Amino acid sequence: MRNQQSTRLLCELSKPGRRGARLGPNDVPTVAPKDAIPAHALAVAPPPLPELSELDVVRHYTNLSTLNMSVDSHFYPLGSCTMKYNPKRNERLAALPGLADLHPLQSEAGLQGMLQLLYELQGYLAEIAGLDAVSLQPAAGAQGELTALLVAAAYFRDRGEQRTTVLVPTSAHGTNPASAAMAGFKAVGIESDAQGMVDMADLRSKLDRQTAVLMVTNPNTLGLFERNIREIADLVHAAGGLVYLDGANMNAILGAARPGDFGADMMHYNPHKTFSGPHGGGGPGAGPIAVRRMLEPFLPTPRVVRHGDRYALDWDQPKTIGRVRSFFGNVGVLVRAYAYIRTLGGDGLADVSRHAVLNANYLLAKLRDVLPVPHADGCLHEFVGSMAETKARTGITAMDLAKRLLDYGFHAPTVYFPLTVREAVMIEPTETESRETLDAFADAVRTILGEPADMVQTAPHSGAVNRPDEVQAAKQQRLAWSAAS
Amino acid sequence: MSDLHRGYLPHTAEDVRGMLETIRLAGGPGDLEGLFAGIPEACRLRRPLEIPSALDEPSLERHMRDLAGRNASPANAVCFLGGGAYDHFVPAVVDQLAARGEFFTSYTPYQAEASQGNLQVYFEYQSLIAALTGMEVSNMSLYDGASAAAEAVLMALSTSSRKRVVLSATVHPEYRDVVTTYLANLGVEVVTAPHTSGILEPATLARIVDDSTACVLVQQPNVFGCIEDLTALTAAAHERGALVAAAVDPVSLGVLKRPGDCGVDLVVAEGQGLGNHLAYGGPYLGILACRESFVRRIPGRLTGQTLDRRGNRCWVLTLQTREQHIRREKATSNVCTNQGLLALRSSIHLAVLGPQGLREVAESCLAKAAYARQRLLDTDRVGAAFDRPVFKEFVVRVAGGDAEKFADDLLAAGYLAGVPLGRWYPELDDCLLVAVTEKRTRAEIDGLAAAIDALPSPASRGTRHAESAVHPASV
Repeated sequence: MRNQQSTRLLCELSKPGRRGARLGPNDVPTVAPKDAIPAHALAVAPPPLPELSELDVVRHYTNLSTLNMSVDSHFYPLGSCTMKYNPKRNERLAALPGLADLHPLQSEAGLQGMLQLLYELQGYLAEIAGLDAVSLQPAAGAQGELTALLVAAAYFRDRGEQRTTVLVPTSAHGTNPASAAMAGFKAVGIESDAQGMVDMADLRSKLDRQTAVLMVTNPNTLGLFERNIREIADLVHAAGGLVYLDGANMNAILGAARPGDFGADMMHYNPHKTFSGPHGGGGPGAGPIAVRRMLEPFLPTPRVVRHGDRYALDWDQPKTIGRVRSFFGNVGVLVRAYAYIRTLGGDGLADVSRHAVLNANYLLAKLRDVLPVPHADGCLHEFVGSMAETKARTGITAMDLAKRLLDYGFHAPTVYFPLTVREAVMIEPTETESRETLDAFADAVRTILGEPADMVQTAPHSGAVNRPDEVQAAKQQRLAWSAAS
Repeated sequence: MSDLHRGYLPHTAEDVRGMLETIRLAGGPGDLEGLFAGIPEACRLRRPLEIPSALDEPSLERHMRDLAGRNASPANAVCFLGGGAYDHFVPAVVDQLAARGEFFTSYTPYQAEASQGNLQVYFEYQSLIAALTGMEVSNMSLYDGASAAAEAVLMALSTSSRKRVVLSATVHPEYRDVVTTYLANLGVEVVTAPHTSGILEPATLARIVDDSTACVLVQQPNVFGCIEDLTALTAAAHERGALVAAAVDPVSLGVLKRPGDCGVDLVVAEGQGLGNHLAYGGPYLGILACRESFVRRIPGRLTGQTLDRRGNRCWVLTLQTREQHIRREKATSNVCTNQGLLALRSSIHLAVLGPQGLREVAESCLAKAAYARQRLLDTDRVGAAFDRPVFKEFVVRVAGGDAEKFADDLLAAGYLAGVPLGRWYPELDDCLLVAVTEKRTRAEIDGLAAAIDALPSPASRGTRHAESAVHPASV
């Protein structure tokens, strides 16, 4: 049933003279470009774009979409990505013309509804974090990290302190050290102990007066709550440093524990994870940050403030680090987060985390005898299994398991992350999956682990494509069709 | 658990009991509270979150419609606002296709076999952007035009030991702000090149670029809507061995020479105008394209073509050794996603427009902006600020001098008339930046002119500036 004609490249479907949209009706006197534009800036011809009919385009993208797995169509237990259901109601609400069509430079008088929404969201995010002030500007989690580290740098500069290092656990996401470098810090790795927690001895040995920030992911990438987080924070604070929380795993602790209460001074959220924003094939996300009071003067501007019953944008922050992106932020994502939080309410958010943790622990219970989990005790919203033993015995790797799961109609878990577990298989079911789905997934994993190795190692057997040659892709660097066949 | 929010939580009470029993038999706790035993008591929140209680869907919709109704939207105001975000028409086909759950609710294509649709979309996006800009390589997109500009400057800095960056004063102030923020702690000198009556003169740039300059950032058309001589600016920078990053309006490339054809090294753009809604500033699309020689320094994701084991053409994420999950602190950037959905939307938009469609949109903007400029100047309430060729945006001086009040008065008459420039350029606090897209009609433009004519007389008429006044350089 596959339509392979429509999924050829756009440039291959193109035919000179064919037309799609006509969007430029002109009811004013025509201006010839050559009369209005200086010769040095005038295009001799329009860009060489493909020429297609509207139906060509509709069939092309409709058929391409069917080559994807998605949350709408498949269980997607991609660890650390929180692939929960993306409520349809949020799409209709975010598309309301009074929200979707607002220009970012409109004056405040015509924005009172939007500013109220954003003001309330700032408050909700502060409450969930247990912190004082929020900037909604960062466009993604990684940009939130960068923003917070720039805030920290400005804070120390303001205090006349020269601090040069950021401590990052080796199990952390790669964005943490990369953000530290972009903010002008030297990233220093902290080892994990045998339980996958921050190694306290290593932390003590590396903590000094050069330490600006400790970046910690809690719950960590193994799905475990850092048992010593209060002590860790106390040590960092005693050394004059700040604690940053990577909020990637907030789905585990909503209403159960607040970063500000366990010692974090600043954090970012991933609303596209925790608050149900659709991932859109890679984005958009958003990366709002929450900080303690003493860091507030350094946040990006503008932020939304309230004067009586009027809402306004506050630009008057002399110590601000400046902007990290244009305009207000990824507002469309923030509107969905607002709708999600209002749908669930405070109690509902706490139930989200209870059920996310329940689902992860249930899958863990059903799989741990065939998929060893080195750090299973206290697992919260996700767990990391290891295929190391299976690989030694049968040759089947984590990647083989991932590919074979596709044949069974499941998106693969995250594999080979975190780097601290060999042949890692990171599973995060989220709270929106039913028991039946979790049972079917567990059955599939168990079945696969009993299959002949060559069956698994040559998977996927269904689908259009089987194990693309990544080495060849990197070597030939075909990154556009002009250079392609 | 209250009933209201159960719509997203599938378990029945019996499910929860049964699942907890399975967990208990495997050695785990037998109740929900026990699952959180790994969190020390001192870290637990022992009170409900202070967030309003749950809303059912009809109540939520009523509430959100109320909020939306308290904004000035196209339903009650005609939009002449630009300044980096534009009210271009978004064809229904873009919304309808991009709303498919298979696109909308998928994620980064780590598993190529489960993501061939997205990967081909991104390969085609890269190809479309390369064709549009006249460059060889585009990444899979960044957050927005401003952060793309910052990433381009970082790329340029990474190619040499030079530690100086020149920003044209005619680059969008928020872009310059973002670049400056990104560079704050990296020991880089940031210099602003002043404008002369609304453009950056190549001779001015030549005086400011020196042998320590890594990169020059310019904008075409610039923030005032004026058309720069990108070829001459590029030559002036290259003369001293500096790279040129140009921020461009992708819609303008229907009539303006592609930046690649002007010789620039790096192109960035805000892709909002290519099929993406205004959405009060985001999510938008950061376009970044470069020469092939810079490919290993490009930030963000790249899709590459390859073959699978059966010899089929297919696509994968490629050159990942640049990226943070492998290189960590030595990565080209901390960016770990793209604006996938926006890249999809812009690809669909470009595909339905095609070269003729894009040209028609650009020509329509050109003609309508020219018409509007003349109609506004025909009123006795505004004068021209810069006597320069423009594409779809232009600056006018407001008689009486208060551009903010002028805009507020026109909003009351149903027009989002323009962006007052005082916040960005204090010396231009009597100026309004007016944008006219292909969506505006002659009637709307005439209506704006009539509304201006109908405004009460300003208190003082004596401050009206002469047309074409040469304005002091802005920094």
